Amino acid sequence: MNAPHQQPDDQWDLWEVFLQEGENEPHTHAGSIRAADAENALQNARDVFSRRGAVKNLWIVRSRDIVATVPGDTASFFEPGSDKVYRHPQFYRFTLADELWKKP
Amino acid sequence: MSENTAMLEEQFRRRIAGGETIEPNDWMPDKYRSQLKRLISQHAHSEIIGMLPEGNWITRAPSLRRKLALLAKVQDEAGHGHYLYSAAETLGISREEMFDQLHAGKAKYSSIFNYPTLSWADMGMIGWLVDGAAIINQTTMAKCSYGPYSRALLRICKEENFHKKQGMEVIAMLIASGPKGKAMVQESFDRFWWPTLMMFGPHDAESPNSPDMLKWKIKLKGNDELRQRFIDMTVEQAHAWGLTIPDPHLKFNEQTRSWETGEIDWKEFQAVINGNGPCNHERMEARRNAHDNGAWVRDAARAYEAKHRRNGGTTV
Repeated sequence: MNAPHQQPDDQWDLWEVFLQEGENEPHTHAGSIRAADAENALQNARDVFSRRGAVKNLWIVRSRDIVATVPGDTASFFEPGSDKVYRHPQFYRFTLADELWKKP
Repeated sequence: MSENTAMLEEQFRRRIAGGETIEPNDWMPDKYRSQLKRLISQHAHSEIIGMLPEGNWITRAPSLRRKLALLAKVQDEAGHGHYLYSAAETLGISREEMFDQLHAGKAKYSSIFNYPTLSWADMGMIGWLVDGAAIINQTTMAKCSYGPYSRALLRICKEENFHKKQGMEVIAMLIASGPKGKAMVQESFDRFWWPTLMMFGPHDAESPNSPDMLKWKIKLKGNDELRQRFIDMTVEQAHAWGLTIPDPHLKFNEQTRSWETGEIDWKEFQAVINGNGPCNHERMEARRNAHDNGAWVRDAARAYEAKHRRNGGTTV
């Protein structure tokens, strides 16, 4: 009972799973699985994430191939988008006579 | 503690207080990381070991309908184990490490799975009581501060309701079948009631990790509060079915509108947690055998991948 396990095994590659759960829905990240190859990864992803149907399409990608932003740099990295109020419709103001709105 | 670490800890504390979610690559205190590794891996082990008491009854299910339900439920537990091992891996512990801890007998898992499943009524009882208790724990934990754990729990909670309902259907049908069926349910209830109450863990005052875990929103409610919620719900259901709670001290407190139980046998709890429950040895033996006997499957899949890689193609 206290003997260490005799056969340490290196696990299969780590893959990230993205599900499209309905017509015209985007693929969203569902979680990760382990698999030896792409075929095996698709099957494992199906068995782990779609046991009750409702999945239209499945993407898998090796986790090491994903490039992400670094948490520490988040503020400066996204800064260019945060101060451009003129990219939002609320920035623009005008008035219009009521009857003009009603015309076809 | 360096000035830098103190500053980071203060920032971390403010993020948690503000209801932010912590993600794998974010800075976190060492103790937050180690507590989560412990908690999530224990939870993962519980799902995997939890397959064994029910697996025991798959071949003996009384009808095809029951066999299908049981198979689907055990498959779900395997899936839940996967979600949780993946969530733990994001903290920098490998799956091999977690398996090794489990197989070496160093890791804990829910004490309830060290009790035997002696009759068919136990399959209903596990769904009704054990999954009922797990749902109360997990729906609360799903709001915890660590993103990958929270998201894994949300998925688990969505699937877990069927587990409880199929169990209650088994119980209801046995009770409706007559005095023999009802006696079978009562006998099973007598064995599972106290061990299920133990699932919520020691009293808050005796729970060494609770204060840190509450502070960091790894835990959101104390053990006693969740246990009480389970008791109040389940006593009413048991009474509706005409079952007797195996507790001579059970009484309804008119003021708190709550059911008060006698004291849990904490000596039994400690014995089971520390490896001396009725089935600890058997469960670990079954788990180690399953892992070792599956080695050829892992090897074959790897060999298949290597062959296709040598041939310059992918397997899809």
